[in-house]
Amino acid sequence: MAIKDLPREELMHPGAGSCPACTDLLTLRMTLKALGPKTVLVTPASCTASVACGYPKTPFGVPVLTMAFAAGGAAASGAVAALHRLGEDDVNVVVWAGDGGTYDIGLQSMSGAMERGTNFIFVCYNNEIYSNTGVQRSGATPFGAWTTTTWKGKVDQRKDMPAIMLAHRLPYVATASASYIEDLYRKVQKAASIRGPKYLEFHIPCAPGWRFPMERTIEMGRLAVETGAWALFEADDGKVEFNLRSKQILDGKTQRKPIEEYLELQGRFAHLFRPERDEEALAGIQQFIDREWERYKQLAACGMSVG
Amino acid sequence: MTLMFDVGNKVAAKAVQMCKPEVIAAYPITPQTVIVEELARFVENGELDAEYLCVESEHSVMAATCAAASMGVRTFTATSSQGLAFMHEMLHWAGLSRLPIVMINVNRTLGPGWSLWPDETDSMAQRDTGWIQFFVSSAQEAFDTVILAFRLAEHHEVQLPVLISYSAFTISHTMMPVEIPEQDDVDAFLPPFKPYWRLDWRNPVTFGNVLSDEYHMEKRYTMHLGMEAAKRLIPDLGREYEQRFGRYHGGLIEEYRTDDADYVLLAMASVGSEAKVAVDNLREQGHRVGLARLRVVRPYPDEDLRRIGRKRKLIALDRNISVGSGGWMYHETRSAVMGVEGCDVYGYLCGVGGRDVTYEDIEQMALKVFTGDARPDVVEWWDLKQTGGN
Repeated sequence: MAIKDLPREELMHPGAGSCPACTDLLTLRMTLKALGPKTVLVTPASCTASVACGYPKTPFGVPVLTMAFAAGGAAASGAVAALHRLGEDDVNVVVWAGDGGTYDIGLQSMSGAMERGTNFIFVCYNNEIYSNTGVQRSGATPFGAWTTTTWKGKVDQRKDMPAIMLAHRLPYVATASASYIEDLYRKVQKAASIRGPKYLEFHIPCAPGWRFPMERTIEMGRLAVETGAWALFEADDGKVEFNLRSKQILDGKTQRKPIEEYLELQGRFAHLFRPERDEEALAGIQQFIDREWERYKQLAACGMSVG
Repeated sequence: MTLMFDVGNKVAAKAVQMCKPEVIAAYPITPQTVIVEELARFVENGELDAEYLCVESEHSVMAATCAAASMGVRTFTATSSQGLAFMHEMLHWAGLSRLPIVMINVNRTLGPGWSLWPDETDSMAQRDTGWIQFFVSSAQEAFDTVILAFRLAEHHEVQLPVLISYSAFTISHTMMPVEIPEQDDVDAFLPPFKPYWRLDWRNPVTFGNVLSDEYHMEKRYTMHLGMEAAKRLIPDLGREYEQRFGRYHGGLIEEYRTDDADYVLLAMASVGSEAKVAVDNLREQGHRVGLARLRVVRPYPDEDLRRIGRKRKLIALDRNISVGSGGWMYHETRSAVMGVEGCDVYGYLCGVGGRDVTYEDIEQMALKVFTGDARPDVVEWWDLKQTGGN
């Protein structure tokens, strides 16, 4: 589907208090276009819960249940159970959580909801930080990134949450990016067409949190994919397929760009370049990405048994 | 009407089944577990038509329950001790969301060290979460209170969650005879849940969004009004229940032999039933003593206590403690009766951590007050062993 063919109906209205060039609300707007109005949104504490809402106004055209930080998955289980009692199984229940509400504090209840087969979509909109509280490191923050709790750069690598979700044997797991919006739209629609627990993770560059000029937001997401720092793939019934640029990379039809091209544009990695280059760290990050892609090849070849 | 002879937990589960909740979320914890086991059996057998969610923690139990209640269906869960403590954030969530959830908490000592015995600190530590709190002292009272609790919670003037607590083992695992009414009568007393609000895609609203200080105080005030309505409705609904089912356990307080009393014991839960025996024995010895058994501590029965306390000595028997302050019942009662003519409040901390409190203990505690050997401004730790310092 081309952007010009997307539904005209807006379920995410203007007026939310997000930062300019916010990819959270961009991807949420597209997600709601893909899902339509028969949708209930569960929003654990995150940027969305704080910038999008302010009683008595709301920018949402769908009902929203704000939820405690740790409890997105559990709330979805409760909402789906209640909708079943009401004979409304056709209503989409979507948890819209940041990486903190997914990788860290939200992990237990999300894992529980997946294991108990809740018919819902869990979307992690991953900007690799606790952005709402002022750019602290999360389990999704990449090695080397400055945050307000890792002033000299994060010393640990990120988790691989999509792989953790694949290990839950879900019928559908997909990654997407704010910079490849048609692919994201298709994946949301695909998730909505499948019964059972679905996991989507959107990579969403955050200009204020990553410290780059806001007009380069979409470019930043594309560079993440082109350098291989982020990979676009989907696992339909455990069969893993890479998509778009990531597929070309995996198939050897396109070379990954050097990771430095992505890092050097972001203020959060500036200390790796100035006042002098941190060769060891830069080489380590490139090696990490290289190893990730070796693993992706195995993942694409083997997939994951489901059911 | 049929007679059931079983442990408190199974009796409570039977009451829940007859209230027809639509979503139950559960996580095991001793000594509550029998309740959710029994409900799981009812659902699997088809004796209860409900969605039963096995979730992965008590925090998630209350999150799932809040979400289901927000969609507009009747919900129930049960927990105990550490589980209730783990729910703490979500208890506030349920209260502030005005969700009519009913939950049973089997009072059990908080650890460490691990203990299974009854202590009310787990429930009392949640007193500020916006939940109406009952303490019951028999299986029959547990049964009747569950049915009344749904009616109360769902009343549009109240719209607050209800916690029903009873003592570990002395109630939860003790077999008692209980009268079980006909389902038709329960249905007539408790019609299907009609939510005041619910999340519905046809009428999209954002629930729980950012609320500025311009509104927050008023929101708490409306919750306070809900509690005030509960003060009035608990005795009213209790009388309506009595008319239909023939049993009345009291309003916020059950008064026992207080009419001509000079001294009134204050107790809750199973200590409350033990205290009745103590009152009878002390009466036989010629002491003019009665019992005010607090059935409800949120809303706190301030007005009742002011009436009961007039020209009387109150003796609070707390099986709970706020360390650094004392027993909650003692402190809240003192503040309630401030300025009441001729009222002194004596306090004992007894059975804290689950040590048994017998009627003999209660008689001894009362006699110490009667003989002038206790002071109203000094709370005594009853039956305290030598500890060798702090």
